[in-house]
Amino acid sequence: MIGFLNALPGAAAQGIMWGIMAIGVYITYKILDVADLTVDGSFATGAAVLVVSMTSGLSLPLSMVLAFGAGSLTGLATGLLHTKLGIPFILAGILTQLGLYSVNLGILGKANMTLSNRNYQLLVNRKDVYSSLIISIIFAAVIIGILYWFFGTSMGHALRATGCNLAMARANGINTNTSQVIAIIISNGLVALSGALTAQWQGSADVGMGRGAIVIGLAAVIIGEVIFGKVFKNFALRLAGVILGGVIYYVVITVVLNLGFDANYLKLLSASVVAVFLAIPYWKKSWQETRVKEIKEVEENAAD
Amino acid sequence: MLQIKNVYKTFNPGTINEKKALRNLNLTLEDGDFVTVIGGNGAGKSTMLNMIAGVFPPDAGKILIDDIDVTRLPEHKRAAYLGRVFQDPMMGTAADMWIEENMALAAGRGEKRGLHWAIKNKQREEFKELLKELDLGLENRLSTKVGLLSGGQRQALTLLMATMKRPKLLLLDEHTAALDPKTAAKVLELSEKLIREEGLTALMITHNMKDAIHYGNRLIMMNEGQIILDIKGEEKKKLTVEDLLRAFTRLSGNEFVNDRALLAK
Repeated sequence: MIGFLNALPGAAAQGIMWGIMAIGVYITYKILDVADLTVDGSFATGAAVLVVSMTSGLSLPLSMVLAFGAGSLTGLATGLLHTKLGIPFILAGILTQLGLYSVNLGILGKANMTLSNRNYQLLVNRKDVYSSLIISIIFAAVIIGILYWFFGTSMGHALRATGCNLAMARANGINTNTSQVIAIIISNGLVALSGALTAQWQGSADVGMGRGAIVIGLAAVIIGEVIFGKVFKNFALRLAGVILGGVIYYVVITVVLNLGFDANYLKLLSASVVAVFLAIPYWKKSWQETRVKEIKEVEENAAD
Repeated sequence: MLQIKNVYKTFNPGTINEKKALRNLNLTLEDGDFVTVIGGNGAGKSTMLNMIAGVFPPDAGKILIDDIDVTRLPEHKRAAYLGRVFQDPMMGTAADMWIEENMALAAGRGEKRGLHWAIKNKQREEFKELLKELDLGLENRLSTKVGLLSGGQRQALTLLMATMKRPKLLLLDEHTAALDPKTAAKVLELSEKLIREEGLTALMITHNMKDAIHYGNRLIMMNEGQIILDIKGEEKKKLTVEDLLRAFTRLSGNEFVNDRALLAK
């Protein structure tokens, strides 16, 4: 129990960092209405670029900007594969993700690389949990603020319309290809930023660190929606809900591990949790459809 | 205004599903023309409208809007000249976005989508005024998700959005077909009012021959990808449904077959 309580702030900090990635997933999965699998690659790209930039002497802010830029480029790649080469979205993401494994190895020069907090000034690291937690919160808040502004602009509206109704968007003069590419660029930029933060937190970058990132991102999005969806209607609050979803995910994982769950089965657990949460709306609907209601119940509903 | 010159379109060429949708289609609209379009199943009515809108390019021929050749212009660029209302009431609006957000999207048609606020306060007042005209109580529901509106309300909103930027040409593709008769009549009246007040040029496909005769100043009948009848002005005012059916049999050598038209009679 004490061990769990001690682990809580760290889990929260990590949840917020992954929550930033989940916001990237939210942009593609919820706003653009596509599943972008580039994420698993771009997360590690962000981490790799940050570690290599810093160890070669660049400043922290510049390294973060470069990580964001590199992530954006991975999004551009997927976007162009889809819009210019006509490759279905899911496949385009998988192709980029696979290719990125080599690219990330190329950036790092080896499978993993350490970044010691003793030699470098870092934003977050696991030795300094409380300041990391505060910095993550500020970081997430700034990102939510910027996205709130962006999706209120004319361009942001065009992106939302594209995700909502392609025919309507085109009929109103929106270049839906451009909209899709812009959305994936922003999404993967954020994912890479999350990877860059995570690399600082754990003090290393690893080519395999993004594996399953999309699932964790989806978990955070769905948990956030299920728990806060009824209360958080405003767009900024919904993004905050996604971050909280990430926090809840990490806290739950920490609890499970503290209860003695074998860490080797963690990914299986994540996949199962996401599968169940994705299935719930479907079950609910088919259950409601197959069940014949009592007449009284229908009348009561009608009276409401 | 609009010129369609020798347009051909075949779907799935060389396959068993080959469909010659348009065969040497020619049509010229004058400014302010309100043309109703009727025809049997598969006559090419919707294909013609989609071709004008740029949903797909023609195999051959030219399409000009105000002497601008738009034949190879992508759909989203042509949108600057056009207002469109679809048969499916769900298709013309973004369900997850608010009424005012949808209207702001339409207000930005033909303009650059930059990093400025999508909705200005001044616009909100204009939107309210426009919605008041619909008389559906929507003017007080600017921040309601469009997905919560009924089919008729959505179609009325789509109509408003299609006309608010005063398009050079308004394309109505059986836009009342999916509505109940009462709502359909209301939306049709509204269409007529907007077209008249704004002096718009419009092409309206309908399955209802009475509506085709009652509305507009010109009527065209299509069959097998061509226009087989084109009636204007005084002559159109005197038309009856029987005239049209007889004309169809005479010109095409077939009975008029349109599932909905037969049911609607």
